[in-house]
Amino acid sequence: MKNIVACEHLTVRYGNTLAIDSISLTIPTGTTVGIIGPDGVGKSTLLSLIAGEREMQDGQLQVLGGDMRSKGHRNAICADIAYMPQGLGKNLYPTLSVEENLQFFAKLFGHGRAERRTRIDALTRRTGLYPFLSRPAGKLSGGMKQKLGLCCALIHDPKLLILDEPTTGVDPLARSQFWSLINDIHSAQPDITVVVATAYMDEAQQFNQLVALNAGKVLATGTAAELLAQTGTQDLESAFIALLPEEIKQHHTEVEVTPLADNEQAGIAIEAKHLTMQFGDFVAVSDVSFSIRKGEIFGFLGSNGCGKSTTMKMLTGLLPQTSGDAWLLGSELGSNDISTRYRVGYMSQSFSLYTELTVRQNLVLHGRLFNVDSERLAERVDEMLARFSLTSHQHSLPASLPLGIRQRLSLAVAMVHKPEVLILDEPTSGVDPVARDNFWRLLIALAREDGVTIFISTHFMNEAARCDRISLMHAGKVLVTDTPDAIISDKQADTLEEAFIAYLKEAQTSGTPCEENTSTPLTTVHTSQNAHSRKKRGMALRRLLSYASRETLELVRDPIRLTMSFLGSMVLMVVIGYGITMDVEDLKYAVFDRDQSSLSLEYRNALSGSRYFVEMPAITSYDDMDRRMKSGEISLAVEIPPDFGQTLHNGETVEIGAWIDGAMPSRAETIEGYVTGIHVTWLSQQASQMSQVTSTSNINVVSRYLYNPDIRSLVAIVPAVIPMLLLMIPALLTSLAVVREKELGSIINLYVTPIKKIEFLLGKQLPYIATSFVSFLLLVAMAVWLFDVPLKGDVVALSVIALLFVTFSTSFGLLASVFTNSQIAAILLTTIGTMVPAIQFAGMITPVSALEGFGRIVGEGHPVSYFLLASRGIFSKGLGFETLDFTVYAIAASIPVTLCLATMLLNKQER
Amino acid sequence: MKLKNVTHLSVKELWSLWRDPAMLVLILYVFTVNIYTAATAMPESLHNAPIAFVDHDQSQLSKRIIDAFAPPYFLTPEVIHDNEVNRVLDTGAFTFVVTIPPNFEKEVFKGLQPDVQVNVDATRISQAFTGNGYITEILNAEVSAYLQGYKSEVSYPVELVMRARFNPALESFWFGSVMELINAVTMIAIILSGAALIREKERGTIEHLLVMPVSDSEIMLSKILATGAVVWTVTLLSVYAVIQGALGVPVNGDVWLFMVAVALQLFAVSSMGIFMATIARSMPQFGLLLILVLLPLQLLSGGTTPRESMPDFIQYIMLLTPNTHFVMASQGVLYRGAELSVIYPQLLALFVIGCVFYTVALRRFKSTIGSMT
Repeated sequence: MKNIVACEHLTVRYGNTLAIDSISLTIPTGTTVGIIGPDGVGKSTLLSLIAGEREMQDGQLQVLGGDMRSKGHRNAICADIAYMPQGLGKNLYPTLSVEENLQFFAKLFGHGRAERRTRIDALTRRTGLYPFLSRPAGKLSGGMKQKLGLCCALIHDPKLLILDEPTTGVDPLARSQFWSLINDIHSAQPDITVVVATAYMDEAQQFNQLVALNAGKVLATGTAAELLAQTGTQDLESAFIALLPEEIKQHHTEVEVTPLADNEQAGIAIEAKHLTMQFGDFVAVSDVSFSIRKGEIFGFLGSNGCGKSTTMKMLTGLLPQTSGDAWLLGSELGSNDISTRYRVGYMSQSFSLYTELTVRQNLVLHGRLFNVDSERLAERVDEMLARFSLTSHQHSLPASLPLGIRQRLSLAVAMVHKPEVLILDEPTSGVDPVARDNFWRLLIALAREDGVTIFISTHFMNEAARCDRISLMHAGKVLVTDTPDAIISDKQADTLEEAFIAYLKEAQTSGTPCEENTSTPLTTVHTSQNAHSRKKRGMALRRLLSYASRETLELVRDPIRLTMSFLGSMVLMVVIGYGITMDVEDLKYAVFDRDQSSLSLEYRNALSGSRYFVEMPAITSYDDMDRRMKSGEISLAVEIPPDFGQTLHNGETVEIGAWIDGAMPSRAETIEGYVTGIHVTWLSQQASQMSQVTSTSNINVVSRYLYNPDIRSLVAIVPAVIPMLLLMIPALLTSLAVVREKELGSIINLYVTPIKKIEFLLGKQLPYIATSFVSFLLLVAMAVWLFDVPLKGDVVALSVIALLFVTFSTSFGLLASVFTNSQIAAILLTTIGTMVPAIQFAGMITPVSALEGFGRIVGEGHPVSYFLLASRGIFSKGLGFETLDFTVYAIAASIPVTLCLATMLLNKQER
Repeated sequence: MKLKNVTHLSVKELWSLWRDPAMLVLILYVFTVNIYTAATAMPESLHNAPIAFVDHDQSQLSKRIIDAFAPPYFLTPEVIHDNEVNRVLDTGAFTFVVTIPPNFEKEVFKGLQPDVQVNVDATRISQAFTGNGYITEILNAEVSAYLQGYKSEVSYPVELVMRARFNPALESFWFGSVMELINAVTMIAIILSGAALIREKERGTIEHLLVMPVSDSEIMLSKILATGAVVWTVTLLSVYAVIQGALGVPVNGDVWLFMVAVALQLFAVSSMGIFMATIARSMPQFGLLLILVLLPLQLLSGGTTPRESMPDFIQYIMLLTPNTHFVMASQGVLYRGAELSVIYPQLLALFVIGCVFYTVALRRFKSTIGSMT
């Protein structure tokens, strides 16, 4: 196989945007290839296509000698490709330890227990991660995360290693270590092909071949030397700019930094003394001191997570420092002096703007909040629009603009109130080199012409070199503060990068945290044959269990979801059990007795003797009755007319009036029933006393209240609430479980590892079936002991049916999560999709047989109706399998249907 | 605190909402279609109850009785065999099974008062009690009517005249529509104010606000004001267009007094939304929290089932939530035409609870600002 990758006219569109525009390219086997270009030019898309992670659109692509459109070929070569996606540790699981992450991937690729051990030990020893096997991946530094990502990628002996921006945001020492690691692998196994995307042009020198990409098109290919020669430039960054089409680079000129006028009188703009920030045990910033003169451009250089942003946030007052002092424009931090805020502009990472406001509205809002004179505001906004070349975009929404323009808008927003100090937190990350240079020209003009003090953080070396002075930061500490030239000459280095590495090494001499054992070969383990030779079924089970155990670990370490899964259903059970009571008792009523005879007293006693009613003080007048009914104090008023006893004695007909509060119709109907009952009983008592007639009735209706002789509503409600909760909560949990992976990006592991869709789904589902079954047991215990609802029937039958049912509801959650792309959408869809059938159509209040139309169809078909019948049947009616067998079949049948649907709708590739 | 800043920030909130079509559709849906469908779909207390008969008599009278049961209260009855009774009740096919004994008609004529057995599935409590009442009534009426002309009736001359006040025909959608509106006010206010804060957290714009010369209380108040203004307006529209208009529910009381209660309720629940948003770290967590908070508020505030029938401790706890007072005030004003002099205790309680929630939310907002960014 000469070329491991060959593509022709490869094209990918996202909506209307062309991400990749008809690329044709070959990559020879055994080479290292660097794909260079700024963010958003299509590097990641190209790599994800080669890795088989993304679904192909137009064009042809051959990888490892087969067509990537063929599902069979993708499955066959899956284990030969290792893919490390962009973003620090994106495919890792942050709450899992290093060991657990590695075990997970090793199991996915079907290694046996002993083999997993040897491979993991060898890889971690070689990369220096061995001492940190038990540390959660989320707590590793950026460089260590990338090493772990590499270990995970190498665990299955790939032939093609695809690395997407593996060193972005990593400190220079870790970066150089990472590359030497890659070089070692390549020299140990020359037949491995390594394809790397990077935005750092300087590190692309080392690759055999380079592909320069811009706007979805290949600008040039060749070795680094060839590209430099072709463009006649000294470094790759300039070469890249030279290769850009004319219309993009036409306004581009080299950034020139006017040196800072040496003005000792200028005074200090920002001063920090021994600033420290501690989050729990973790020291984010440790004893940082520096001072920045007015009009100076001061830079913070360091990797992600080294404390740059935290220091800036302390200076802006966003975070109160743990200890130390700082002065901003002469005013001490923490003094809560709101007036200094008018003099400072701040631009946070990722240019956070109000995406719902237009460019102009963003500027106007900030201007108003900074108290810019409302008459001069329009003028000032126009001035900013013109200065930052935003006038033509003023009515657009920021989200629709390219990153470079959004970056300028962020700066304009930070400048709208003419601040004296600008604090800029990584203002250029993710922006292409031309836009970055333009941005720097604006900054330099601000500093030199307007005398604005600029405090900027960056992880780009060439940007740091443009600052008047810089601080090198690492692990919360400032290593050195000086002019870039002085720092370079101090370490006798050629470049700032080398000098930085020298400082880092110096800082790490005492107890290196990440010792690499270079003597351990990376590829000791070719012990066993590859996955293909193993029994297929055992493999499938192992992959499934691998996902299940990982999911369990994640669930155990996420307190909110774990609480929701156990406590959620119990809390709701209490609320609903007590809340939806059908017992209407303790009704407040009052009597307006206008007779005051012995007979009227008898009538009143009949009422007050009822357990449903509570008598309130007697009504004195119609006005009193009106007022008390309006306020809701009484819900029933009974009026006994004057001469009640006398009229009756005369044998004439008398009317007793009962006014019922109809505001709550269901309660009113119940009251009607109670009053009628009491009235009739009273009548028959009177009749027998007067012995006029023996009885008023012709028949004797004997009512037997079966299953629940006391007619307690808890007995009716509680067994119906259990199915509802066991539908809602488990579905909610599984629906989040899959969507979470989509949001966090670890869903990539489904796309690029040999796991099958159904194994993935079942693996995710297993832990939730288990937790839901425990919830079921807890709910039953609550029903029996807290609510005192007798469990008369077969407990085993109930448990079996419940187990089947939670399998269904977790499958339903999976189905919902396949549809949705965000956790909030999944919550909404699942809540509505489970609550409506459970409450309205399952027979909780109205029996299914009494429903009509759509509700009837859902009620007849939905498993929750059957579980409801089974739950009530077993709890209250004392039934077992023999009567309820039909519910078992109905629920069991729903499981494969739901799971098949979910599997069909799940994509094995990204679209 | 500067009023000007609050105004600017509130206007910004309104723009944010205006440019969020999904949220707009949700609000419109909840305040119009949802209220309408929920109100009209509210089941009558007895509707289509499934009933079966075991007819041992097979007489004219027994046939007459069976024919008397018909929709809408009961489904058309089915006649089943004696030995099926247990099975149909066990599987839940019928709620009621009435057994008419042999020689029923003859015994009635002889005045022997024969027993008619009514078996009720009391696990279906909503139908059991009312249904049994209806069945007894229908049985007696049919037998009496059948006997008319054969036998004269004597009745004791006291009549009970019952009138339902405020809702004479006991139309359940009168009640359902307003309770649904109350639920909508609570739900949308919590979602809007909470989501407004979480969105700023997730997008990082809260950092910008915090470094500006605006105070925490200005930020929070602007969110409450914007949320309140939006929900208050759609509530007013909903009262006129949906409840009075489309559903034709007569409103007895002063709508504007109700709107005062709405304003106070909004103050309390939007503060609660912000408080919840400071606890939740992300939108999904907020979603889970919402489910755990909203359900108790809706079910236990007296808007679904009568408060007086709940256990005492739940009644007391629920007095601490705004919903309970809001439900009382709304029922008073809208159904019973209560005036300010009648419902002022509820309004006062709402205001106090609102102030407490606001203070707690503001303190929590201030103290969590550091960890928010």
